Amino acid sequence: MNSTTSTRDFPLLKVQVSDRASVAAPVTDPKVTVESLTVRYGRRVAVDAVTLPIYRNLITAIIGPSGCGKSSLLRALNRMNDTIAGVQTSGRVLLDGQDIYTPGCDVIALRRRVGMVFQQPNPFPKSIYDNVAFGLRINGLVHSKAELDERVERALRQAALWDEVKDRLDRSALQLSGGEQQRLCIARALAVEPEVLLMDEPASALDPISTAKIEELMFTLKQHYTIVIVTHNMQQAARVSDFTAFLLSGALVEFNPTPQLFTNPADPRTEAYITGRFG
Amino acid sequence: MSLRGLDRSFILLSGLAVLLIVTMLAIIVGNVVWHGWEPISWEFLSGAPRMGMTEGGIFPAIFGTVLLVLLMTIFVVPLGVCVAIYFSEYANRQSWLYRWTRQAVNNLAGVPSIVFGLFGLGFFVQFVGGWVDQQFYEGKLTYGQPAILWAALTMAVLTLPVVIVSVEEALRSVPQSYREASYALGATRTQTVFRVVLPQALAGVLTGGILAVSRGAGEVAPILFVGAAYYLPELPKRLNDQFMELGYHIYVLATQSPDVEATKSLLYATVLVLLALTFLLNLTAITIRARLRVTGGLR
Ligand SMILES: Nc1ncnc2c1ncn2[C@@H]1O[C@H](COP(=O)(O)OP(=O)(O)O)[C@@H](O)[C@H]1O
Ligand SMILES: [Mg+2]
Repeated sequence: MNSTTSTRDFPLLKVQVSDRASVAAPVTDPKVTVESLTVRYGRRVAVDAVTLPIYRNLITAIIGPSGCGKSSLLRALNRMNDTIAGVQTSGRVLLDGQDIYTPGCDVIALRRRVGMVFQQPNPFPKSIYDNVAFGLRINGLVHSKAELDERVERALRQAALWDEVKDRLDRSALQLSGGEQQRLCIARALAVEPEVLLMDEPASALDPISTAKIEELMFTLKQHYTIVIVTHNMQQAARVSDFTAFLLSGALVEFNPTPQLFTNPADPRTEAYITGRFG
Repeated sequence: MSLRGLDRSFILLSGLAVLLIVTMLAIIVGNVVWHGWEPISWEFLSGAPRMGMTEGGIFPAIFGTVLLVLLMTIFVVPLGVCVAIYFSEYANRQSWLYRWTRQAVNNLAGVPSIVFGLFGLGFFVQFVGGWVDQQFYEGKLTYGQPAILWAALTMAVLTLPVVIVSVEEALRSVPQSYREASYALGATRTQTVFRVVLPQALAGVLTGGILAVSRGAGEVAPILFVGAAYYLPELPKRLNDQFMELGYHIYVLATQSPDVEATKSLLYATVLVLLALTFLLNLTAITIRARLRVTGGLR
């Protein structure tokens, strides 16, 4: 990982962006392909025929004003929308080329491969250890206490939380600060070793320092995971992501490499949004 | 009257209402303690009634009440928890099964308790008990008669709605975000219910049990025909034995004994014991709940 601190100006956005967020290699083979995905709550269309690639080992940001369907789109990628009554989904979502909406698809296995972190930190009211161990235990992924210990430690290290909590693993997770709780939730999601990590405004409930830690974490995580982050914070999208999708009223307005979308948007509505003329 | 005046008079009115309730409670409890204190002794708590119930103690009734309530809890809590889990976690609100069972539970809550007694007699004692006798005892009267088993089952049906409603409330109060976190980790619905939701709702399950017990311990009508005995110094040993019960014993002492005046002080003492028992149960429940709330559920 290159850790230079050189920055690039995004003139439209009035923020400086670390160039670690630039697109690395020519990208060809998407990890996830969204094809004319439509999500409806009853009659209301929340996601309207969105088509979008999500590239391997890169961070894709979904931005747009509140209520434009960002969460609905994100939750379609691990079929979390299935848990809400009255949701209808059409179109295809290919994970490694396999449609996750085909009738025979194993949703349980899917959710293990596509992990999720929510807007509000939601650790279980259990110990720190039990939180991280939860997914491993229910999925029967470990066979001994030693293995469990090792996987819990690895996940906590990946989430940059190990040093802070290693002496109090049996304490309640609710005693952690908000930022620590959110990193615990990331560790909990990482413990089952997903391939894709979905993050729904993971820092919107956190203070700036915790936000910075989460963003820093994302840079290291993208070596191993494909990350999709929803944010209504454009600066954040500009800082962390490689590709950005801009949604408006459920429809995809623009999908482009992040530097391009923020410096030279193809659609006038994108420009209007990122310069703060609406939203 | 000005708005301000209206406000004042309303505060005054509610203050008076509160005062009235507190006073009534104080009078009832005070009266019971005042009159019932004296006869309470070790003999009274551990002995059987004697001399046409004008002397002796109430141990068989205490024992019978505790056993009845215990058996009832064993029947009602698992059933109530299952129904509540179905209602809150599994049922499709549109399905006819859900709507019918929901309606049935609501109606059950509104049935007068004497009707449960008649139901227990007709269904448990005569139908189920009679069938058991036919099948296993060559028609000899064994289970086809009033017994503590049938009384406990009748009481369980009576208290079922209380348990269901309070457990359901506890399940509903578990934040949706915990369920989502669990699903997102690849948990099935059943894993989510049993590993995440239910442990969180434990305090509510407990409350449901205790509420059922307090309700059940005070009821006399439903067990009149299904197993409570007028006078039975021996303790029940088998499930098909009859038993004495505190509430029923109070009723008997107050209205059925040959010499009502002579039993008066024993009557007060018995009421005091029943009150103390119920109070103790509620206190236990409140304590456990408070502790569960502090630790955020059992681990
Ligand atoms: N559970 C739901 N039931 C009905 N409508 C919903 C539900 N969740 C979201 N919506 C609607 O779908 C649209 C998109 O919501 P959402 O995906 O949460 O937007 P965002 O995450 O961009 O704020 C909104 O108009 C919202 O009102
Ligand atoms: Mg959202």
